[in-house]
Amino acid sequence: MVDRSLTILVIDENPVRAAILEDGLRDSGYTTVVRLDTTHELLRRIWQIDPDVILMDLANPSRDVLEQMFQVSRTVKRPIAMFVDQSDTAMIEASVDAGVSAYIVDGLRKERVKPIVDMTVSRFNAFDRLARELDQARTELAERKLIERAKGILMKSRGIGEEEAYALLRKTAMNEKKKLSEIAQSVVTAAQLLG
Amino acid sequence: MTPEAALDLVRPAPDDGRPERLRIGFIPLVDCAPLVVARAGGFAAREGLELDLVRETSWANIRDRLVLGHFDAAHMLAPMAVAARLGLGHLVSPVVAPFVIDHGGNSIVATPRLAEAIAARGGGDDPAAIGAALAEVVRARLARGEEPPTFATVHPFSCHNYQLRYWLAAAGLDPDRDVRLVVVPPPYMVDAMTSGMVEAACVGAPWPELAAAAGVGCILMSTAATWTPGPEKVLGVREAFIERRPHSFAALMRCLDRAAAWVEDPANRDDLVRLLADEAVIGVEAAVIAAALAEGPRFHGAGPVGPINRPRPADGLWLATQMVRWGHARAPERAFEAAQIAFSPTAWDATIGAEAAVATSMTVMPFDGAAFDGADPEAWLATHPATRTGPIFGES
Repeated sequence: MVDRSLTILVIDENPVRAAILEDGLRDSGYTTVVRLDTTHELLRRIWQIDPDVILMDLANPSRDVLEQMFQVSRTVKRPIAMFVDQSDTAMIEASVDAGVSAYIVDGLRKERVKPIVDMTVSRFNAFDRLARELDQARTELAERKLIERAKGILMKSRGIGEEEAYALLRKTAMNEKKKLSEIAQSVVTAAQLLG
Repeated sequence: MTPEAALDLVRPAPDDGRPERLRIGFIPLVDCAPLVVARAGGFAAREGLELDLVRETSWANIRDRLVLGHFDAAHMLAPMAVAARLGLGHLVSPVVAPFVIDHGGNSIVATPRLAEAIAARGGGDDPAAIGAALAEVVRARLARGEEPPTFATVHPFSCHNYQLRYWLAAAGLDPDRDVRLVVVPPPYMVDAMTSGMVEAACVGAPWPELAAAAGVGCILMSTAATWTPGPEKVLGVREAFIERRPHSFAALMRCLDRAAAWVEDPANRDDLVRLLADEAVIGVEAAVIAAALAEGPRFHGAGPVGPINRPRPADGLWLATQMVRWGHARAPERAFEAAQIAFSPTAWDATIGAEAAVATSMTVMPFDGAAFDGADPEAWLATHPATRTGPIFGES
């Protein structure tokens, strides 16, 4: 059963990931989700928002700001426990592996917090996968362009057809145990050097 | 089986001829130098180790990833080893500090406006005089009904925090009432001082030097003078790592000892500056790094009481006493016990310094008062309560 009354604060400097996370939380029925994307005056703003749960990117240096606030500062109204339940190593590991830290107000029962953290971890992982796929797609596109150029150079300089040029690149790559794109790069570089 | 045990057991045996790979977390600060040099200078390779150095963005990450077994060892704030054993801020984890990375290296830097106000009231160059002038400035401001000034450190369980607190309290200020203590990550320190959000900060090299170079900070003093120079950063490891991989651990200790000697040697200074200034390490200008190193963090050789890298229980007890004094650790006996285990010299003596080991002094000497006797921390606490002053501007 989702508890709509919880205030969830998302601190993330990556606007895309923060939006994905916020959407996910709203879809799950958490209506009070606040997003902070800047660390300016972080303490004052957290104090104003007074969240029950804070989700934060692990790569954010401001994690240490929260440590102070939650562990020793007398200016915070309520003590806060990190990562749900201190004895739940599995959940902590999943969080850290995904790159997310979760800060929870003491007294919130684990059953209420677990779905939020689970959702965050899976969204962070999904974002990570997306980013990797995008990266891969970009690389593949660049490689394909490179191979096209190398083919063109070979066709022109050796007076051969497109298929033959491609076969030549492939054969060379196999013989030299290199990637097709590496051979294509060599051809392009050589053509540039030779003019 | 604990997660860290599972992680350790799947590692290849160290004697299969391949270098043993160790993952070590570090924070971009000048005192990560021995770790960087251990790898770059070949000291680790000579011991059959391959160091995988991972730059982290927060001390919280360093601690979590060490505790969870992502890191075999880490560049760590000295009080953090005690905090980890006590479970302050996170899980209880048997972390130890078998190798002290450095002494000193922190400075208190103030905005030019605050520095001028302090200078106008005497100032001077010793901690007592600067503290007295600061206390006058702060009292005058509070008397006018102004907000307490905001001072920054880098983490609650840091020498920076305890040095700043000690110095403020010695000047008659209450660090929890007369000033507002916050944490600002070093990379944000220059911005925080530029905007005036933070008026002074106790932070490690090269960040005070960077604030000075940017014209937004004046270095008031080095905090090495606050008490007998002692451990600033340590090598943090889990007890499980030492138990399960004793050979790798010993190799790591030996290569760090040699790397630290190289770092300390003035002949290598230019090379060291170049290594640290690298974008993948600290990534600030070489001139700033050089200025920070000239301020003199010490990395190797004889310290004021025994070898610098050899942990001393008295230093751990002193830090634990500060943690108790300010209410960070609430069970004194447990804190003192944790400190003695974390700062035991046994592993150092066994791997590096059997002959150099000497009778260990149990005292720490603060700049302003009587010696601290590690054999009786309660006695020191009795004479140094958390709040020395009465309420200055009413209950907050």
